[in-house]
Formats: sequence, structure tokens, C-alpha cells
Amino acid sequence: MRYLPLTAVERLDMLAKIGAASMDDLFVGIPADKRLPGLMELPAGRGECDVERLLNGLSAQNKAAGDVPFFVGAGAYRHHIPASVDHLIQRSEFLTSYTPYQPEIAQGTLQYLFEFQTQVALLTGMEVANASMYDGSTATGEAVLMAHRLTRRSKSVLSGTLHPHYRAVVETLSHMAGDHVEALAPAIAGRSEDILAAIDADTSCVVVQSPSFYGEIIDLRPIATKAHSVGALLIAVVSEAVSFGLVESPGQLGADIVVAEGQSIGNSLNFGGPYVGLFATRQKFVRQMPGRLCGETVDADGRRGFVLTLSTREQHIRRDKATSNICTNSGLCCLAFTIHMALLGETGLKRLARLNHAHAVRLADMLRDVKGVEVLNHSFFNEFTLRVPGDAATLVEALAQAGVLAGVPVSRLEPECPHLNDLLLVASSEMNSDDDRHRLVAAMKKVLA
Amino acid sequence: MNSEGGPTALSQTTSIRPARTFTANRALQQEEGLLFEIGRLDVTGVDLEEPAAFVPRLGGLERAGAIGLPGLSEPEAMRHYVRLSQKNYGIDSGLFPLGSCTMKHNPRLNEKMARLPGFADIHPLQPQSTVPGALALMEMLSHWLIEMTGMNAVALSPKAGAHGELCGMMAIKAALAARGEHERQVVLVPDSAHGTNPATAALIGFSVRSVPAGADGMVRADAVKAALDGDVAAIMLTNPNTCGLFEAEIVAIAEAVHEAGAYFYCDGANFNAIVGKARPGDLGVDAMHINLHKTFSTPHGGGGPGAGPVVLSAALAPFAPAPYLRRDGWGLRLVEDSAREGDHAPFGRLTAFHGQMGMYVRALSYMLSHGANGMKQASEDAVLNANYIRAGLSDLLSQPFGDQPCMHEVLFDDAWLKGTGLTTLDIAKALIDEGYHPMTIYFPLVAHGAMLIEPTESESKLSLDLFIATMRDLALAVKAGEKERFLSAPRLSPRRRLDETRAARQPVLRWKPRAPLPQAND
Amino acid sequence: MSSLRFTKEHEYVRLDGDIATIGITDYAQKQLGDVVFVELPDVGAKLERGKQAAIVESVKAASEVYAPLTGVVIAVNEALPDTPAIVNSSPLAGGWFLKMTLAHAGEMDVLMSEADYNAYVETLG
Repeated sequence: MRYLPLTAVERLDMLAKIGAASMDDLFVGIPADKRLPGLMELPAGRGECDVERLLNGLSAQNKAAGDVPFFVGAGAYRHHIPASVDHLIQRSEFLTSYTPYQPEIAQGTLQYLFEFQTQVALLTGMEVANASMYDGSTATGEAVLMAHRLTRRSKSVLSGTLHPHYRAVVETLSHMAGDHVEALAPAIAGRSEDILAAIDADTSCVVVQSPSFYGEIIDLRPIATKAHSVGALLIAVVSEAVSFGLVESPGQLGADIVVAEGQSIGNSLNFGGPYVGLFATRQKFVRQMPGRLCGETVDADGRRGFVLTLSTREQHIRRDKATSNICTNSGLCCLAFTIHMALLGETGLKRLARLNHAHAVRLADMLRDVKGVEVLNHSFFNEFTLRVPGDAATLVEALAQAGVLAGVPVSRLEPECPHLNDLLLVASSEMNSDDDRHRLVAAMKKVLA
Repeated sequence: MNSEGGPTALSQTTSIRPARTFTANRALQQEEGLLFEIGRLDVTGVDLEEPAAFVPRLGGLERAGAIGLPGLSEPEAMRHYVRLSQKNYGIDSGLFPLGSCTMKHNPRLNEKMARLPGFADIHPLQPQSTVPGALALMEMLSHWLIEMTGMNAVALSPKAGAHGELCGMMAIKAALAARGEHERQVVLVPDSAHGTNPATAALIGFSVRSVPAGADGMVRADAVKAALDGDVAAIMLTNPNTCGLFEAEIVAIAEAVHEAGAYFYCDGANFNAIVGKARPGDLGVDAMHINLHKTFSTPHGGGGPGAGPVVLSAALAPFAPAPYLRRDGWGLRLVEDSAREGDHAPFGRLTAFHGQMGMYVRALSYMLSHGANGMKQASEDAVLNANYIRAGLSDLLSQPFGDQPCMHEVLFDDAWLKGTGLTTLDIAKALIDEGYHPMTIYFPLVAHGAMLIEPTESESKLSLDLFIATMRDLALAVKAGEKERFLSAPRLSPRRRLDETRAARQPVLRWKPRAPLPQAND
Repeated sequence: MSSLRFTKEHEYVRLDGDIATIGITDYAQKQLGDVVFVELPDVGAKLERGKQAAIVESVKAASEVYAPLTGVVIAVNEALPDTPAIVNSSPLAGGWFLKMTLAHAGEMDVLMSEADYNAYVETLG
């Protein structure tokens, strides 16, 4: 077996040194009647060639985004990733290293985490950021728990513009922890809901996504003002990190905690994971923050170095009193994010964001030509909501058959809301060509005719 | 006062100042400034077209002012990150004896497979009809995990081990609620448990009741029985345990727990020792997470991403969260809604989308490569290697529970250091100067000054012999009173011991401009 | 006239009139190592003997400090959050944690004298 260096002779030699007669002697700790007598009922091992053949076969059954005009978003976005990013994250010393608990031989990881934390703080307009979370949805759940610790209250108010999966994650966690959630009804563009009225003296935090699940850009300022007036916190959620390049940062608009999905920068779609959650807040809240934190210090020779710090918040020390049970960050995904962001820089990120917005604006204008289709948004970044004639899921299926992946029917995420069945989320990025847009419009016209 | 964790103070270390050169007189060890010191606001390493003029529709919320993000050209970026990488130690650099963390070889075939466009370039919300291969892969992975563990179902979506614990404990909470037994609020956790266990239980409102380990490092069924009552919801037990031992009374413990109406959560962090040798389902386990990055070779990546699928017994299977796979008259599909469907009553949703697909591909690639025979051999070799190290060091180092066969990791304590003025930490740091990543130290808490060594099956005999010789050399140096060698260690690493006290007293968690960023000269 | 008393958990009480000053002992600060953070209760908080009163942290440990007495917090050491190092340098003077009222005078009697505490620490090795 190619991953196992020991030979049969070496094994015998080693057993003799240990003083064991056979391999079974080493497994005597397992009760005899619970030991598996033979092999598991699974296929035997295969060479690389065979494994590749099998997995290539499965891969080929899927319609990859790169093969078709592609407009699917709703919390995961297809952007171009520079070739150097994937090369660098596969460097052995990044790929095969461990959590940097031995800082003397992990300065590479620690320094990029420190740089990542700084980038995230700058992008979100906050004072501090952690070394990343699993993804945007779980970061949102952790933010709500953090707000509860800070305010010593237990009610969260969720805007109806929040991604339904994020809402479900918060609801599940809160339900299990015995906390209260007031989730407002889905609000297509954030105009119809009166979130200010839902914030009261029992409210720990209010969670608002902008750009919203439906694409609308929400003015957080009045929500922040109302929340702060009753001692509650504003948690801002961003599911498309490229928007940081063009939309005012949540920190500038009054958010107390900003969580985001960082997948858009440096990471592939991967059918939903692994992704990278961004988490930023105010300096004064840092001791209630979940997740790993990297900090600057000096070594015994006085040279600048980095360490994981404030770890008494964490489970391996605090156990049942920890701020969170999290024991990981999204290492390689966070590395991909920080490398891509360093390559973009301020200039590149802003241009990328403008390009995305420009593409989406053009697509929205073109879709107005399709009879019966209506763009519902007042504002948007690179994704917007269409009202289509009939059932959006049926339309998407028909368009997929016609070779266009057109977007996400809202009903896929809100199956309990039949009045939303005619809504379709459409995203457009720098990856779409004019030809892609024309093919989408043409296919829609044809299917709807 | 009640302390959790170990004491820390910056040891007296001797300063050996290298010359202040670019490499500090160490070839291939270039110093590297921060991105914020070498980058410029007007430099970008990505060439993008500027869009033609258009009217923005941002609702008046356009960003005003600079963000402050420096950029790097591509050659600068390559140098920056390659130099950073060279300050790290990885499995590919050498033996990585980190107990409980399982730093085994990460096959590059896995990486290649995960990057196939049919896996990496598909969207979680594109129509299911366009991703049958992805669903088939998830089903195949589920089949392997169920077969290897002897359990009934698997929830794939947890993002990491601790997330898997959360999933399992939520399923237990939902099952108890379905039985109407809301009074069960206590979770039993042995002293030797990973910190994530009590943290997870507390996160969802359980209170933690500690169970002491016996004198031999094992949890006794009698101790569990004494702690069981009508308030107990579950026990969280790691098996093989964090001392590297298979819990001898695990079957009796499982029976006692079930008899008391509670569930058995098994922390599967050490499943890699017994794959193909024993099945958790046969031991009475109700839920167990599997760290794909430990047992099934997906990369640790400097801290993540992980993946923590949870296998469930028949009693808990109906409560598995959305999404879950279902094969019926409609074929194979992913049920994404947490509403009840048939006998399935999901407790909710743990994450957006469907979990760590990229990790599923890597883990399955590893499983297919090994097969039933290879995986059994891997477990045996992992255990053999750990015992080989034990045999090579047992005369010089001390073991808290006597010299007995261990599973995949061997536990030493610091009794052998008594009177030397040296600590476990000093041994760990000295190991760095010898070219190794240290073993796990000060964990588990049940051993004083613990040193937990897990070589994994990836090491050759030659590599193990060299490691044993190095450890013996260090142990003899300790006994010879060569204190300075240890107190000043590490001396040869990119950085020497770091002042963690300073980092925690005045946290500096981000770079802040001291002066305006340098601008490029065009 | 002040009197100094100790607990087995290494807190001390210095009683001045009817005001008790609470902190951790020199032995405790040495066991902890460098103190990096102290979390103190709010002024006005009611403390119960044997229950958590404060948290003291070193880099790798977090320790609960238990209230040696029952009473109400009337002052906390405002210097500790910014300069936790004084817990190490001066545990019995500048490194005090909080001042509280004493609800039951009898609770002082169950605490150890300085001589008894020193003898107790000796047994800990």
C-alpha cells in the first residue's frame, strides 16, 4: 500500500522489539468479542489510476459552472481565482502544518493570520477580527451567542432579508440553547418590513444582511441607532465579500459585530464547502469573541513574532465556560482569502467590485426586455431578484436543460412560502461574458414564450 | 480558587543574538516584513478591465474613502508567501508526533481529485438534476462511514470535529425532547476529555458532571453508574481515550448508560486506531463524530478547514439535521428542508448548504485508495509504531499508568524530570532544535506534565529509529544535567520562545499604520 | 487594627473595621505564573461565600476566585484591568481584587490564620 512505509519483515522485527508475539497482542485492549474477525465489507484498495478513473467518472456527471453560462449566487459566488493562489496554498508547509500552537516553528501561519485579521478589520470597518470561522452562516450563529453574553439578554431579532439558511442556523442553535428568536417574515427588498418596531428592551441583537439575501443594499444606520438606544447590538451579515470593495462598510454604518462569508475571495464553489467565515467586532468586545486570535509579540531575542493569544476564552482551557466550542479556523480557505486579497489590493478589489456591479446592472437592463419578467430591487450589488411569470423553480430546471444555470429560485430556500414561488435570484460577476448574458436572455425568452 | 489549564511564565532563556542581516546569518531563512509594510495601495497583482461608464444602483451607500488595503504584484506575492511558508513545519517536513491530532500523510491524489471541476466548480444551489455525481459521491462516502463504524446513519454536514459534537449532542437533545424527557440536563464527561466536549455540552444548555478516571487512566463502569441518575442526558466518552488506551469497560458503560435512559456520545478523534479492528456500533455508541482530517487524511492546513460527519445509531438517526440524502422512488436526492418527511424529524440545520464537499472528496479518495485491507493495515501500523516508540523510550521516560501496550499514541508524564529543574515544555522546545515538531504537551490533564506521542502509520522504521534516538539523546542530556540546552531552546528555529504574556497583557491583534503607506514610484 | 485570614483555595481576606479586602495569595500568584487579565464583579454585586467572585487569567489558565465571605461588593481595584502584573508583584497590597461588606461576622472565624495557612502551603510542596 503506497501510503504505508513498513514492510512485513520490519513489522515482525518491530513486534519482537516490543515483545509482542503478533499484531493481535497490541489490540488486547479491545474486548475479544468486539474485535472484527476479518476485513470490513468494503472494496479492496486501488492504485491512483483506478481511484482517478472512478472519481473522474463521478465528477463528469455534474454540470460544472465553467461549462455553461452561470448566474447562481445566493450566498456562494463564482469569481476568478488567480493561479498563484491555489499554488501557494498547496505549499507543503501550509497544507500539512498544524494549528500554530508551537509558535517558534509556525510563524508562517501566524503572520498570515495576523495579516488576514488586519485585512478583515479594514474591509468590515471594525477594530478587530478573528482568525476566521467555519463559514458565514455559523459565524452568524456565533455572533448571536456573543451578543447574548455581552448584553446578558437572550432575544435576537432576525431581519427577513437574512439568508434563510443563516436564519435556520441561528434558530437551531438558539432553540437548543433555550434562547428566543424573533425572525421577521421574508422581506423581498427590505422595504416592506418594520424591523425598528421589532427591537425592544429585551432585544440582545438585531441581525441584518446587506446586500440582503434578495440583493438589496440596506441602510444600517437607522437600525443601529434604534438598537443602541435600547442597549442592543447590531450584527451585520455580508454573504458576498466582493461587495466590501464598493459598498460602505458595516462598521461605518454602526454595526457592532460584522460577520461575512469570505468564499468569494480565493475560494472555489466546492458545492458549499469548505468556505471561510469572517468575524469582526469592536476592541472592547474582544474577550467575548469566539474563535482563534493571533497577536503580535517579541521572542527571546527581542525580534517581532506572532502567537495565538487570549486563548483563555477557548475550549481547551475554559472547557464548559468557553466562549464557544470551536476548535478550528478555516486555515487554508483563510490563506486563500488573504493571498487573493493581497494580490488584489485596494486598487484591484475596488475595480473587481465595480466590474461586478457593472455586469449586474447591464444584465438587469437586458432582462427588462424579457416579457413578464420584472426586476424587484431598488438597489443591488451583483445579484438581484426577478419576478417571473409562473414557477421560478420550473423555469430554472427548464433553463438548465437548455444549458444555462440561471440562478436560484427562492422557493428552494423558502419552501414554506408559496407566495415567493415566482421569485428568482440572479447573480452576475466578472466571470460572465456578454455572450453569457445574451444566452441567458435568449433562453429565458424561449422558455417563457 | 480553581484553575483550569496550566501555569505559564516566560522561562529564563538565554539570548543568543544573531547578526542583523537579511537572513540572520541563516541561509534560506529570509526575514519577511508584513504585507502592510511591503505592499502599496496602488499596486495590484490582478489585471482587470475597468468597466465602461454606468450609473450605479447602490442606493446611495457607495463606499466613501480608502480601505487601506495594500496590494502586491504577483512576483512579490510569491516571495512573500513562500518565505512565510518556510517558517512553518509540516508533515512533509518530518515526523509530527502530535498526540490526539493525528498528523498523518496527506496524499496529493486527494488534492487533485478535490479540484476536479465536477466537484470544485459546482454550486450548492444549482439544480440537483445537474449534480448527480456529487450526490452519488456523498452517498458513497456515507456508505463507507456507516460500514466502518457499524452505525445506522450519518449526518455529513458538520464543518469540523467540534461542530460534529454539537450535531450529535443536538440529536440527543431532540431525541430526549421527543420522549418528553426535558428534565435530563446533565452530561457526564470524564476528566481526560477534550475541552470541546464540556464546551459543546454547555453551549446547548447542558450542565457538565465530571467522571474521574481510574488509577490506570480508564473510566470505570462503577464510576459511571455512580454518576448516572434520571437527570443525565448522555455521556461523552473518547475511545480510544486521550491516554491512548482502549476503554476496557466501554461495553458495560454503554449498557449502564442505556439502562439509565441516557445516550452514549463517543468522541471519535481517535477512531484512526481502530478502523477495521472494531466498530463503535458494536460497542453501544449512539453518536460519534469522525474527524476527516485525522482519520481520513484530509490536510490540517495550519488549523483547518476540518470536516466532522457524525454517525448515528437507529435511536438517533431520525433526528439528523437537514440536509440529508434520501434514495426513494425519485432516485437519489438531497432533502434540504428541515420539515418532517416520513419518519425523519430533523432537529434543524447546522450550516448553510451541504457541508464540506471538498473534504468529502479527499476523504473518499483516501478510503478508495486504502480499501478495507489498507485501512486495517493503517490502524495496525499506527498502533505498532506507537508501541515501538514506547518500547524504545520506556526505560528513560516515565508513564503515568505503567508500561502497558497502548493504541495509536503513547503517553508519558514528567515524573522522570523531577528534580532536574526542567519541565515538559522545555523538552518540547528542545525537540524543535532537533528538527521535530513537539509532541502534544500538558494534555490530557489526567497525567502530570503530559507528553502525548502519536507517530501515525505514515512513518518508516528508519524514521522512528531516528526519533527514538533523538528522544533518548535528550533524555540522557536531561539526566546529565545539561540544563542550558533545554532552557535556551529553541535556538535554531525561525523564532525563539515568544513572550505570550506580553501578547495577552497588551493585545495587538492587527497592524496599524504608524506612518502613511509608501507609494510606488512610477 | 486589621486582621488577615486565608482560605484553602488561596484567597485572603483583610478586615478593616467592617470592610473586607479580598485578593489572592503570594502562593496563588506563583502557581498561576504571569497574570494577564482579571475579571472583576460589578460594584453592588452580592457575593456568596464559596461562589465565584472574580476570574484571574494567565496565558494558559483561567482560575475562578471564590468569595471567602458573604456580602456586597463596595469597590473593585480599578488598576487591575490595565496593569494585571501587580497581582504578581504585590498580591497582598496593590494587587487586591475587591472590597466588600461582611454579612455574617462569624464567617471570619472559619478562615485560616496566617500561621495556619503557611503551614498548609508547606504541605502542598
